[in-house]
Amino acid sequence: MKDLLKFLTCGSVDDGKSTLIGHMLYDAKLLYTDQKRALEMDSRLKSRNGTLDYSLLLDGLMAEREQGITIDVAYRYFSTDNRSFIVADAPGHEEYTRNMAVGASFADLAVILVDVAKGVQRQTRRHIRICNLMGIRHFVFAVNKMDLVHYDKKYFDEVVLEIEKITAGFQVESACSIPVSATEGDNINDTSVRMGWYEGKPLLAYLEQVDVSSGQKEEAGFVMPVQRVCRPNSEYRGFQGQIESGSISVSSEVTVLPNGEKAKVKSIYRGDVLVETAEAGWPVSIAFDREVDVSRGCVLVSGFSGMVSNMISARLLWMDDEPLIPGKNYFVKLGTKTTPGTVMSVKYKIDINDGRHVPADVIYKNEIADCQISLSEKIVMDKFSRCEAMGGFILTDRVTNMTSACGVIKHDLRRSDNLVWQETDVTRQMRSAQKGQEPLTLWFTGLSGSGKSALANALEKRLLALGRHTMLLDGDNVRMGLCRNLGFTQQDRIENIRRVAEVSKLMNDAGLIVLTAFISPYAQDRENARTIIGDNFVEIYVSTPLEVCEKRDVKGLYAKARKGEIPNFTGISSAYEPPSNPEIQIDTSTSTLEQAVERIIERLEEIQKHKK
Amino acid sequence: MAQSYLDELEAEAIYIMREVAAECEKPVMLYSIGKDSSVMLHLAMKAFYPEKPPFPFMHIDTTWKFHEMIEFRDRKAKELGIEMIVYTNQDGVKQGINPFDHGSAYTDIMKTQALRQALDHYQFTAAFGGGRRDEEKSRAKERVFSFRNKSHGWDPKNQRPEMWKLYNTRIYSGESIRVFPLSNWTEKDIWQYILREHIDIVPLYFAKERPVVLRDGNLIMVDDERMKLKDGEEVQQKKVRFRTLGCYPLTGAVESEADTLEEIVKETLGEVTSERTSRVIDYEETGSMERRKREGYF
Repeated sequence: MKDLLKFLTCGSVDDGKSTLIGHMLYDAKLLYTDQKRALEMDSRLKSRNGTLDYSLLLDGLMAEREQGITIDVAYRYFSTDNRSFIVADAPGHEEYTRNMAVGASFADLAVILVDVAKGVQRQTRRHIRICNLMGIRHFVFAVNKMDLVHYDKKYFDEVVLEIEKITAGFQVESACSIPVSATEGDNINDTSVRMGWYEGKPLLAYLEQVDVSSGQKEEAGFVMPVQRVCRPNSEYRGFQGQIESGSISVSSEVTVLPNGEKAKVKSIYRGDVLVETAEAGWPVSIAFDREVDVSRGCVLVSGFSGMVSNMISARLLWMDDEPLIPGKNYFVKLGTKTTPGTVMSVKYKIDINDGRHVPADVIYKNEIADCQISLSEKIVMDKFSRCEAMGGFILTDRVTNMTSACGVIKHDLRRSDNLVWQETDVTRQMRSAQKGQEPLTLWFTGLSGSGKSALANALEKRLLALGRHTMLLDGDNVRMGLCRNLGFTQQDRIENIRRVAEVSKLMNDAGLIVLTAFISPYAQDRENARTIIGDNFVEIYVSTPLEVCEKRDVKGLYAKARKGEIPNFTGISSAYEPPSNPEIQIDTSTSTLEQAVERIIERLEEIQKHKK
Repeated sequence: MAQSYLDELEAEAIYIMREVAAECEKPVMLYSIGKDSSVMLHLAMKAFYPEKPPFPFMHIDTTWKFHEMIEFRDRKAKELGIEMIVYTNQDGVKQGINPFDHGSAYTDIMKTQALRQALDHYQFTAAFGGGRRDEEKSRAKERVFSFRNKSHGWDPKNQRPEMWKLYNTRIYSGESIRVFPLSNWTEKDIWQYILREHIDIVPLYFAKERPVVLRDGNLIMVDDERMKLKDGEEVQQKKVRFRTLGCYPLTGAVESEADTLEEIVKETLGEVTSERTSRVIDYEETGSMERRKREGYF
């Protein structure tokens, strides 16, 4: 069992948090005599009838004492014969929720105050939810003000039922409800004689023995985020940081993420002492047997189960007065790495009361929401429940420098975003060499009816005849399978093109020549496709004029669109952005299909030659 | 194997120091020569080993420190090969500002203003301090990375959230951050750590026969001829030690027999008075520390 317990007290305003802690310290004789004297003097001046006001011990800011409320979290330090404690006393007001969250990020256990007469209030539910979000798995519910209900068990039982309903949906490793009176001192340090019906321990005794070491935590492996590179002279180059999980020994092999380079440990300093093995929690300086490119923000790992990705799927607590608006760019700090990142979308926000998912576009202060964040580069991360240090992050406003939000990575990412790129033994070069061809993606773009499909189809037949290995991805066909869940809104069109680009890239990896025939009207999307596919991307603009396309109207779509029956129809009610600099341009109204195919073949040969 | 409580505190402080060195543009470690500063210096030497701490140390000298403190400071800086900046508010010296005649104005001019001048002069963007949350109520509420505006003021009602170990070090030019790596240490932790690590501290912490005067309930040491006796006061030789060190006319001694580290720790563990009572300056009404901090006191 840990000899130190860090705990948080929280709950709604006036539920008696500060009083509870004050009373605990006072009764347990854990105050210095001069602190005690000051409390007695302060109480005489400030409390209503001269009785001790224990909350004055904790409310340390002038504004707090003037207003009689807690604004910021206060830390108190005490120890009994059995254990050392750090208690973070959190503010109850909704306005100061973020300060409460600060305390929650620090604590291993939460003591949640509940007023027995009022039951579990909205703000208390918010606190429980935030505690859980910040990783607290151990709870004590101090059902307070039992003196006001004549220490009646009935009222206590009602509140306990309510608590059980709320916590049912959370990951809780230990929970305990204790009936107390913070002002009278019942069940704080000593067992209350007025509640003989309560068989458990009083609060302090419970806190002295509760085990908060995480039992069923998944193994995260050896993880050390690099804080800085230590380079006192040309002989020594060490990577300094704190081991967040696992252990490491001299001569074991570690991987440097995100680049994936490997090296053997040559030496380990714990502080200023050379050691053979170092363990979780230690501050170390690790040197390798060879030169490896490592800088702040890299993570040294071994047996790591996390991921390297430029996408974060996480739950956020918004703390800024300015609301969260998707599309805005922030600094994301995770571990020792700070990266620009954009909140792409809000999936939903979480109802504070019942945990329901509520659709939302904008998130306001003190709200909790699930979001998708896109980073400007790939970074190392893990899910929070497995590795706190690699799963928790903050967002900082780039203009105000305010810490706008904190977040936790909830799940392993979707498989597509997952892990380090797995290097395979058979490479793209080997696959294409076997086929005797250079893989390409021939990206046809143009209006509906411009002749993309016909042209792509004819070109594929010709390539096949030349002994090439090909695959044609046609717009309509793809929409019947791979993309059948997508519609025609701008967002869905973007996603449609992204999927096609990723599939094309895979087929290029397989060594194939891919032909795609999609309207792909937006320049930005085609640029994205080019980015995904890389050098093998060849843009073929089928520039048949709109009048010709409309006259052909093979599918009868233009007629319908003109009548207004098809919304967002490219060329009619939705823009087509022509490529500014396509590799190949073909107008099917001025050439036959055969001529067009021959021209493309010629141009491709030129391009290949040019590349070599 | 689980880490001990002291190991945990040590690791936290080292982590904080490395973060500052990596992220802040121009950090400095304030060095007051006291036991907390000795612990800070020790931790800084460990944190960057085998490199020297990648920032200078700075002592704000009011010219009223105990002589033994100044000797100790200069000896440590030389021994460890660290850069030690000593700064004194020369305007205050010219005006003859002293702790006997000028009361709280003395603290303001020679400490608060001197510190502000020094930070502005060297344009430090981050300053480590040895403040602990168990010292005083407003400190109990302060973040580890505590933001200061352009005039070094602290806004206690609007502190930046500080989550896990993810410190936000972003500031604009002119603004600065105070960093408190010992936030979560108590006085007992400090002493136990000094004992465990055999940290060198100023001899004034050990009980010894010293010339003292009883003034306003405090035992004040007569450290040099500038200490003028009031009517009825007389210098006595008493075996005393100091629980905190500052300017000698403002620092009360306690009578003690503890002249080894072990005995000091034993005495401290059984302590019934929190250490700030031996600082005369804190004998003001509740809230005085917060007011000073808002005005730029460390």
